[in-house]
Amino acid sequence: MLRLQAVGAVINMMTTALRSRKSLYFYIVVIAIAFAYSVNSVSTVAVAASSITFGLPLAMAAMVGIMCERTGVVNIGIEGTLLTSAFFGFFVAALSQNLIWGLLAAIASGAVTGLLLALLTVSWKMDQIIAGTIVNILATGLTSFFYKQGYSLPAIFPRWSIPGLSDIPFLGRVFFQSGPITYFGLILIFVLYVAMYHTAWGLRTRAIGEYPSSAETSGISVKKFKYINVVIAGAFGGLTGAYLTLELVGSFDRGFSAGKGFTALAIMIFGRWNPIGALLAAIFFGFAQALANQLMIDGLVAIPGPFINMLPYVLTIVVLAFSAGKVRGPAAAGQPYEREQA
Amino acid sequence: MATLLQVKNVTKSFGSVIANNDISFEVAEGEIVALLGENGAGKSTLVKSVFGLVRPDQGEIFIDGNQMAPGDTAAVIASGVGMVHQHFKLVPVMSVTENIILGDEPKNGLFVNVKKAEQKVRELSEKFGLEVDPTANIEDLPVGTQQRVEILKALSKDVRLLIFDEPTAVLTPQETDELILVIKNLAHLGVGVIVITHKLREVMALADRVVVLRDGKVVGTTTPKETNEAGLAQMMVGRSVVLEVEKGVANPGKPVLTVKGLEVFDDRNLRAVKGVDLEVRSGEIFGIAGVEGNGQRELVEAICGMRLRAKGEVLVSGAATKDMHPHAVHEAGVSHIPEDREKHGLVSSYSISDNLILNQFDQAPFARGWFRNMGEIRKNADLLVKKFDIRTTSPAALASSLSGGNKQKVVIARELSQDLQVLIAAQPTRGVDVGSIEFIHKQLISARDNGAGVLLVSAELDEIISLSDRIAVMSAGKIVAIIDSKGADRDYIGRLMAGLDK
Repeated sequence: MLRLQAVGAVINMMTTALRSRKSLYFYIVVIAIAFAYSVNSVSTVAVAASSITFGLPLAMAAMVGIMCERTGVVNIGIEGTLLTSAFFGFFVAALSQNLIWGLLAAIASGAVTGLLLALLTVSWKMDQIIAGTIVNILATGLTSFFYKQGYSLPAIFPRWSIPGLSDIPFLGRVFFQSGPITYFGLILIFVLYVAMYHTAWGLRTRAIGEYPSSAETSGISVKKFKYINVVIAGAFGGLTGAYLTLELVGSFDRGFSAGKGFTALAIMIFGRWNPIGALLAAIFFGFAQALANQLMIDGLVAIPGPFINMLPYVLTIVVLAFSAGKVRGPAAAGQPYEREQA
Repeated sequence: MATLLQVKNVTKSFGSVIANNDISFEVAEGEIVALLGENGAGKSTLVKSVFGLVRPDQGEIFIDGNQMAPGDTAAVIASGVGMVHQHFKLVPVMSVTENIILGDEPKNGLFVNVKKAEQKVRELSEKFGLEVDPTANIEDLPVGTQQRVEILKALSKDVRLLIFDEPTAVLTPQETDELILVIKNLAHLGVGVIVITHKLREVMALADRVVVLRDGKVVGTTTPKETNEAGLAQMMVGRSVVLEVEKGVANPGKPVLTVKGLEVFDDRNLRAVKGVDLEVRSGEIFGIAGVEGNGQRELVEAICGMRLRAKGEVLVSGAATKDMHPHAVHEAGVSHIPEDREKHGLVSSYSISDNLILNQFDQAPFARGWFRNMGEIRKNADLLVKKFDIRTTSPAALASSLSGGNKQKVVIARELSQDLQVLIAAQPTRGVDVGSIEFIHKQLISARDNGAGVLLVSAELDEIISLSDRIAVMSAGKIVAIIDSKGADRDYIGRLMAGLDK
């Protein structure tokens, strides 16, 4: 029954999306991919698959921002969460020689950074930007200080080919030959979307992000909700950190997260604080990077490597410049909530 | 009738200020109790304690004989108490239904059952005769309808005691009459009602019993039968108050403010003022009556140079004024008491003395060249604080520390302490207590008697009728009639405001 409803909600969402005016873009993309595939199938598949690979961590990190801002907490500490969880994920997995322990350690340490942010912003009502900066500085400092060279993972999470689905031309290679965290992360993004717009939790969360005293006067504990959501978001960030080290790269270095936490904030805004919107925005970011990489590999354009690496940051600036002032986020994000003034 | 609510010896202080001092009162089923008091008398704090939004320092609260844990809003709601807040607790970007079900969502497994919720809202809306569209977004609804949603939200939880916090502050006279009927109907169904207000006329029309608060204490309990408006005002303020405005005959002279063919657009870029002509003469009070949102705000802002004049002109003593230059308009002799004093009247993080020279800070004697003359600024503040009876510990205190009435006195002191030909007063007594209202009215009349032309805009029809010498009625961006205030008929003006009579 529940499952049916969830599936129904997703199908409903997709069919309305396909009927909307924006679906024009969707059809253009499908046609473009089909054309590219007919010309050069190998490169097209590679670019599409890399779009997901590069885009997924950004999408997952953007979910952290969405969950927090929807409850009225601005989280610029995502970068710190990614760095911390990648650090713990890597070293716990390397020391125990067990990827599962690494994964759990990453999720737990991400949740701890969320707890720290909640403590600073919700209980102590600290300025949220400063609180996020504290999380970032702490993460950079601690992970650099305790970093040791010479450790390595036993392996990285293997790719799971989904029987049947992975044989579909193009789509099979792009979507159904990925690692476990990729599948899990994608599912969680859809779950978050459904939860945000179709459950009581989502309704309450959004109400708190817009106008907390509306929730408080309806008998909802704003403080409890903020704590729970920010900590869950931190755990989600931890999963993202685990993806980066345990599934994608397989190693850890100082400053490993390389600004992905900040790019994620741009993606959150680009996706208008909507999980599906952010997922699409993240895939677009991933696509830009993947395309540039592929063009370089194919030797079609002679762009120096550093310029390719600049791409996500340049895109972030462009997106923010064009969307600033036009999109409206949760109204109460960034404001500490004082109960006595309710 | 059974007792529903018992409040026993409740005390609450914020820092050194005692908001509630040993307060006790009761409400029975089907009874309407008015909590009457000036701003800052402690009414809001008291009902917030009842509702669990504020934790009292001492005292006990019983609902149906059960003692409530302090600060437990959820438990209070569960025992059947609802509250209609002065500042609506509605999320603007959400639908009527979503706002009503928030905190008590009908579910279908894990999911919110939207259909059932909308059905529930429709049933409630029919049962209590409060019409709303369950799917509309709050931000698209007029204020009166938003309040209806707020009431429905409270009623959706099987309320037995309903608290209204200043419910008529934002309503038109007609909406107020409707609300009074709704409240009486609820009481008839057995709901206990607490109404917080400082409007005497509503108390007389509505209440079974009146509990009067002053300085955080209960100073008396009475019924409308035993007293009258003057008696209530005296209890509330602690001295006798003149409710009728005493004013002499107007002595109008030459036109000082002339508006010709003015057209103005509002924030949504819709035409809000559609060709207004008016003339205010020196020595008269020219009132503009109208339901809020019919272009009054845009008209005032355009006159004062705060909003672009799309068409038409504004002349002060015959000289055209510059568009979009509030400072130049002010220099031309126009003083302005703005509708939103927090936004346009004051800088709340500045001291009272700085707020008192906010539009003359760069002029002698308050400035010497590039430097501020602190001595003169302080002298000016001491003088005005005394003259306008601004209740504060010190002129150096921040404006944010003042009560609403005293903030308004700061604005009025500043605007009236300089040479002026025209005074524009927009909602000058909004959110201001009875004692201060009397004072503000006297100041407006003395400005008139000193030869200024006063343009008064107010949503309080009684205020317009009692103060004005001539009344213009504004409806849908136009002035539909200009009448003499002598013998003006309240109902006739009400119909004009609603756009019914031409």
